[in-house]
Amino acid sequence: MAEQASIDTSAGTGSTPAEEGVRRRDFINIAAVSFAGVGGLAVLVPLVSQMAPSADVLAQSSTEIDISAIQTGQAIKAVFRKQPVFIRNLTADEIASADKVDASTLRDPQTLEERTKAGKANWLITMGVCTHLGCVPLGAGEGEVKGEFGGYFCPCHGSHYDTAGRVRKGPAPLNLQVPEYSFISDTVVKIG
Amino acid sequence: MSFAWAKEYKPASGLTQWLDEKLPLPRFVYNAVGAGYPVPRNLNYMWNFGVLAGFCLMLQIVTGVILAMHYAPNALVAFDSTEHIMRDVNWGWMLRYAHANGASAFFVVVYLHIFRGFFYSSYKAPREMIWLLGVVIFLLMMATAFMGYVLPWGQMSFWGAKVITGLFGAIPLVGEPLQVWLLGGFAPDNAALNRFFSLHFLLPFVIAGVIILHIWALHIPGSSNPTGVEVKAESDTVPFHPYYTAKDGFGLGIFLLIYCGILFFAPNALGHPDNYIPANPLSTPAHIVPEWYFWPFYAILRAFTYDFLFIPAKLMGVLAMFGAILVWFFLPWLDTSPVRSGHYRPLFRKFFWFGLIPTMAVLFYCGGAPAEEPYVMLSQLASLYYFAHFLIILPLVSSIEKPEPLPFSITESILGKDESAVLNATPAAA
Amino acid sequence: MVRLFGPLVGLFFAVALIWSFGNGAYSAISEPAAPTAEHEFHLHPKDVKFASDGALGKFDKQQLQRGFQVYKEVCAACHSMKHIAFRDLANLGYSEAEVKAIAKSWGTKQPTFDEKSGERAERDNIPSDYIPTVYYAGQGVPPDLSLITKARHDGGAYVYSLLTGYQEQPAELLKKFPDSKTPDGLYYNPYFANLNLAMPAPIASDDQVTYSDGTKATVDQMAKDVSAFLIWSAEPSLDKRKQTGWAVLGFLLAATVLAYLAKKNVWADKKGA
Repeated sequence: MAEQASIDTSAGTGSTPAEEGVRRRDFINIAAVSFAGVGGLAVLVPLVSQMAPSADVLAQSSTEIDISAIQTGQAIKAVFRKQPVFIRNLTADEIASADKVDASTLRDPQTLEERTKAGKANWLITMGVCTHLGCVPLGAGEGEVKGEFGGYFCPCHGSHYDTAGRVRKGPAPLNLQVPEYSFISDTVVKIG
Repeated sequence: MSFAWAKEYKPASGLTQWLDEKLPLPRFVYNAVGAGYPVPRNLNYMWNFGVLAGFCLMLQIVTGVILAMHYAPNALVAFDSTEHIMRDVNWGWMLRYAHANGASAFFVVVYLHIFRGFFYSSYKAPREMIWLLGVVIFLLMMATAFMGYVLPWGQMSFWGAKVITGLFGAIPLVGEPLQVWLLGGFAPDNAALNRFFSLHFLLPFVIAGVIILHIWALHIPGSSNPTGVEVKAESDTVPFHPYYTAKDGFGLGIFLLIYCGILFFAPNALGHPDNYIPANPLSTPAHIVPEWYFWPFYAILRAFTYDFLFIPAKLMGVLAMFGAILVWFFLPWLDTSPVRSGHYRPLFRKFFWFGLIPTMAVLFYCGGAPAEEPYVMLSQLASLYYFAHFLIILPLVSSIEKPEPLPFSITESILGKDESAVLNATPAAA
Repeated sequence: MVRLFGPLVGLFFAVALIWSFGNGAYSAISEPAAPTAEHEFHLHPKDVKFASDGALGKFDKQQLQRGFQVYKEVCAACHSMKHIAFRDLANLGYSEAEVKAIAKSWGTKQPTFDEKSGERAERDNIPSDYIPTVYYAGQGVPPDLSLITKARHDGGAYVYSLLTGYQEQPAELLKKFPDSKTPDGLYYNPYFANLNLAMPAPIASDDQVTYSDGTKATVDQMAKDVSAFLIWSAEPSLDKRKQTGWAVLGFLLAATVLAYLAKKNVWADKKGA
C-alpha cells in the first residue's frame, strides 16, 4: 500500500546511490505494513480463543460418582460435561448374552471386556448419547424400553444397543462411547 | 467527488475490472479514503482524530460483540457474568478492559476532534452539514456510553441509571410518567437493564451509519485545513493515499501506545471503585459521579441550585445541560466571521485560549468533584462563561474583530510566495 | 434569527446562573457549612507497598498463601468470597491434591437439594465449587471480599490500613464533636469512611495464625499478607495482564517507529506536513 508513494517519488532516478536509497525506503514501508499485518493477526488470537470453553467449564470436565447404591441389574444416569452418562451394573445373564456374540460380526466390533475395566466387567459405563445424532437413548431408567437387544434404545431414529452398549440395529454408526474413567475405590468412579 | 484533478480509479486486473462493473466497491473506497480523494497538503496532526475516532468505533463494536457472547443482561446475574468474563473467559479480562477503556479512548479522540473543529471553525460554510452530523454522532455516543455503563450492574451503574433517567422526571407534566416509561418500572431493574443492553448493542451501528453520512458530507467540499483558505489548485492538495494513510498510520501507533499503556497497566484508573460493588437499591454511594467524559455536562447540570423565576432549579439544570450541547448545532450561524482559522483571528484566539479552554478545564474538574463549595460556585462561573462564549461572545467577536491577513493559498502558506508562484504557473509539477 | 435569539438565550442562562451563584454565595457566608467529624478525622490509607505494585510488580505466591491462610482462619467466618472457586487457588502455587484437600475440609459446606425427597443437606466442596456464601447473623453486613480491593480507593493499602487502624476514639474528637461518640457495638477506625464500623478488630494479636513457612505472624505481617491475598482475589489475572502489556507495548513501539519512518518516506517529496 504505502510502497507506492516511494516508487512514485523515485521514478526516473537511475543512478546507483539513489537506488540504494529507494531500496532502503521500500524496505521500511514494507516492514511497516508487515508489522501492521502481524499485529492484526496477533489480535485474532484472543478474539478466537475467547470462544473456547472458559475456565469454569473446563473445571467441570471430570466428575466423581458414588456407585455403591447401584444394585445388580440397575443403571443410573449421571451428568458428565453437561451430558448424560449411563452407569450400569450388569447381571450375569446380561454379561453372558453380550459375550455370546461374535464381536467380529458387529458394525463396530468390540467385546464387552474391551469396553469395561478388568475385574469390573459388570460395570458398563457409557455416554448416554446416541452415536447417530446425539439423542439420549432409553433403557437406563426404571421401566424404560431397552430395545430388541436388552440394552438401550434410541427413540429418535430407532437405534438398538445391546447389553454391552454396542449398536446392533438402526442408523447409529458406532457403539455408545465409553468415556475415560477410573475406579478411585470400589465404590467411587472418576469420569474424565 | 470534490476536485476536478482527483485521480480516477483504474482497475488493474480482469477481476477488479469485473468487480468494478458489477459492484464498484473498490472504486468507492478509492474515492473515499484512497488516492482518489485529494486532501489539503498542510493538515497538521489535529487532523488525525477523525480516522482515530473511526478506529475506536470499530474497536468498540468488535470487543462489544464479543462481550455480549458472555454477558447476561439480567439483574440477578449481570454483575456475576461480568466477573465471569474477567476471571474465566479466555482473555476475557483483556477484552472487557479494552472495551471499558475503549469508551474513554473514543471520547478523548472525539473531544480532540471537536476541539479541532472549534479552533479552526470547521463548522463554517460550506461544511455546516458535516458539523451538524458530528454533533448528532456525539449525542448518540453519549447515549451509548451511558447505557453501556449501566450493564455491569454495579453501584454506579444502578445509581447512574436512576439519576440520569431522573433528569427526564424534571420535565413538567410528562416528566414522571416518562421516567417510569423509560425504566419500565419505578426504579432501574430487569426491564431497564434489558432495554439498555438492547439499545447499547444497536446504537453503535446507528453511529456507524451517521459516520458514513458525516464522511459523505465531508467529501462534497473536501477537508478543511489549518489556514482556513480553500483549496485553489492541484498543488494545494495531495492524494489521501499514501500521504494521509501513512500519517494516520503513525498517529494510530501513538494512539495505541497510550491506549494499551492504560489498558494493561492502569485499567481501572478511569473507572470508579464503587462499580465493583454489586448494585444495591437500598444504599446510595457517597458521591455519585458519571464517567469522566460526562463531567463538564454534569457540572453544568449541578450549577443550577436555586429556582429561577418560575422554573425549578432541577428543570433549569436539565435545560442547561442539554442546551450546552444543543448550542453546538447553531455554531455555524453564531460565528459569522468570514475567516475560519483561529490562527488569523486575534480576538477570537484570546477568548478561545483564555476563556473557553480554562472553562472546560474547570467544568471537567468540578463535574468529578463532590457537590460542595467551592466546586459548585466554580462550576456556576464556568457555566456562565460557557454559555456566554458561544451565545454572546462569538457573535460579538465575529462582528468587531479585524482578522490578520490570510495567505493567498495553501501552497503559499507552506512554500512562501515565490516558490508557490512557480508551482501555480506549472500545475504539472505537483 | 440565530443571531437574534442566541444572545437572548445566553443572557437567560447567564442570569439564572448569577441568581444561583448569588444565592449560594449568600448562604455560604450567612450559614457556613458546619465541619463534621468525618471530614476532620478521616485519614487516607497508609503508605504501604505490595509485591504486585507498579508496572513491574508480580504477586509473591508465598505471601498469597499466607494471606489465604489468614482469610481462611480469620475472615472467612463472616466474609464470603463468592467469585473465587477452589480451583483458582492453584494460582497461589497449591498442587491439585492440596486444592482438593482445602476444598474438602472447608468449614462451610455446599448446600444440596434433593428434588425427589425435598430434603436439604450439605456436601463437601470440590475444586470446581465456588467458595460457599457465608450467612452472617450478627450486627452489620460483612461485604463479600472477592472484589474488595477494587471496590475501594487505594485497594490493598485501604484494607491494610483498616486492619491495623483500630484505636481509641481521640479525646480531641470528643471535645470538638461531643455528639460523635462511637456508639455501643461499633468500633472507632479513622480509615473507615464514617469513622465507626461494626467489625471489631479482626487481627488483634501476634501469632493469631501459625504460618507454615516460618514467617513470624505479627499483626502487621498478617494484615499485609491478607491484603496482598485480597489484591489477588480481586484480579487473579494481574500478572498475566502486565506480562501481556509489556509484549504489546514493545511490539507497538517498534511498529510506531516504522510507521514514522514510512510516513517520512512517503512525505519525502512534499514540503510541510
